Amino acid sequence: MKIQQLSLFAENKPGHIAAPMRLLAQEGVNIRALYLADTQQYGILRMIVADCGAVTRLLEAHGFVVKVSEVLAVEVADRPGGLAHVLGALEGSGINIEYMYAFPYVRGDKAILIFRFGDPDAAIACLQTAGINLLASRELLEKYGSTQDDGESAA
Amino acid sequence: MSSALATSAADSHPASAPDYLPVPQLRELQLQRLRGVIGRAWQQVKFFRSRLEQRGLAPQDIRSLADIAKLPFTVKSDLRDTYPFGLFASPMKDIVRLHASSGTTGKPIVVAYTQEDVNTWTSVIVRCFAGCGLHRGDIIQNAYGYGLFTGGLGVHYGAEGLGATVIPMSGGNAHRQIMLMKDFGTTVLCCTPSYCLHLLECAGELGVDMKQLPLRAGVFGAEPWTEAMRRRIESLSNIEAFDIYGLSEIIGPGVGCECRRHQGLHIFEDHFYPEIIDPATGEVQPDGIEGELVLTTLTKQAMPMIRYRTRDIAMLLPGRCECGRTLRRISRVGRRSDDMLIVRGVNVFPSQVESALLQFEGTLPQYQILLGREHGLDQMVVQVEVTPQMFNDKIGALQALHDQLEATLDRVLGLRVQVALVEARSLQRSEGKARRVIDRRIT
Repeated sequence: MKIQQLSLFAENKPGHIAAPMRLLAQEGVNIRALYLADTQQYGILRMIVADCGAVTRLLEAHGFVVKVSEVLAVEVADRPGGLAHVLGALEGSGINIEYMYAFPYVRGDKAILIFRFGDPDAAIACLQTAGINLLASRELLEKYGSTQDDGESAA
Repeated sequence: MSSALATSAADSHPASAPDYLPVPQLRELQLQRLRGVIGRAWQQVKFFRSRLEQRGLAPQDIRSLADIAKLPFTVKSDLRDTYPFGLFASPMKDIVRLHASSGTTGKPIVVAYTQEDVNTWTSVIVRCFAGCGLHRGDIIQNAYGYGLFTGGLGVHYGAEGLGATVIPMSGGNAHRQIMLMKDFGTTVLCCTPSYCLHLLECAGELGVDMKQLPLRAGVFGAEPWTEAMRRRIESLSNIEAFDIYGLSEIIGPGVGCECRRHQGLHIFEDHFYPEIIDPATGEVQPDGIEGELVLTTLTKQAMPMIRYRTRDIAMLLPGRCECGRTLRRISRVGRRSDDMLIVRGVNVFPSQVESALLQFEGTLPQYQILLGREHGLDQMVVQVEVTPQMFNDKIGALQALHDQLEATLDRVLGLRVQVALVEARSLQRSEGKARRVIDRRIT
């Protein structure tokens, strides 16, 4: 159920995200989900890609500082109350959301929520008990990027 | 500038008499005092005695001033190794004051004074001030920091010793400094030269015309400065700017000071014996050759320093000053032979920054110290390259690391420091190593 997410450190200055993105473009890596958290000094670019290990090695080989962490992908109905329903399931469980981001599923009525939990295992149990659908890595990548060159970048 | 100043009044201060000793008499006095201080250190300071014994030397081997070259140097790490009281030559009951400055590893350097030492210190600062043309009736605003730092109290006692009126303002609070300057009719400002520039800028913003104030002299030290800074200070005010030199290990401010000729700093040679050495070989250099300044305290009771390597680069100026003093002069100290930085009057070594950074991940990240000046105050930024061990996908965790780094550096350096986390491999490197210090303060 856990999905690998790649984070990249970048200074908060013009042009600082361009270099790693150019590298990913050259290597044909498609970014399936992306979120940039920023402070005045720096930002953390969080991405979900098909082959997290290979992309990590690629970025590290070019001197970028990256970190792989585990997140959960939660599928919800893309309509008012979708997120509130998930949060309601977590309420009272004491499980901490470190951060989250969301994106709509392009060709359907679903939205995907990406959560970074303090305790992902407890979160899995809690959400499953509430009947909330968690996407496996393959499911997320296939569903969301069905027109993309999965085979190539996953190789 | 300050042409109204009566030079004769300045030089008539009784404390200034030793400034004009005939040279043979001065040398004789120095030799007599040198033998005295060496005898005292030999008797009272085990560390010094064993150093001499290792070299087969005894006090009676010092028969002339030139014989001083036989003696081993004392270096800053000797003070650290004997921390806190290992170099004291007086029992604690005779010590009336302790001061401290930061050392290389976070442990401070401690210095001690007997009442006689405090009196000596006061007398040399009185001589500094008299040489700058200051006298009873002057109102001296002392904006050096009061506390463990020797600057504040040293200048304070000297100003009182002169018979002037002291405003013990200490550092900071620029608006209040300017208000008091105006309201009290301050005639002399004592602070770091960069802080003086800051005050002059603030005065401009407050609409205070410094040229309309009675302020006519400034005694500036505790950091390296330049002729360009002097010109700027003097163009923005009626201040005649004087350079004062000193270091805690020797006595504090008052080791030397400019006179009104502004051609080098007179060293109070009857108390401090100066030598210039080649920092690489330790060879004594003749006057007129630049090298590292080495000082021996000739009269210090509580903590004599024998051939202390200051790490300050200067030369002893040949010839006699037009002012008539027989005291030799050193050139303005602008740089050092080690990597010590002086930031807002605080001694900072890059190695201290390293030891602070090492407290985190156990491996040393690449870092760079950026020094600049904002509002006349030194600003120190430590840029740290983020390593994979330090990096975290959670902003909160990175922010916490950032804050811990700042807190640790504050603690180790005794100075407010800003930390900037930067990308890996982003710092300038030469031969694979990052340039450790970029100093943009000297203008």
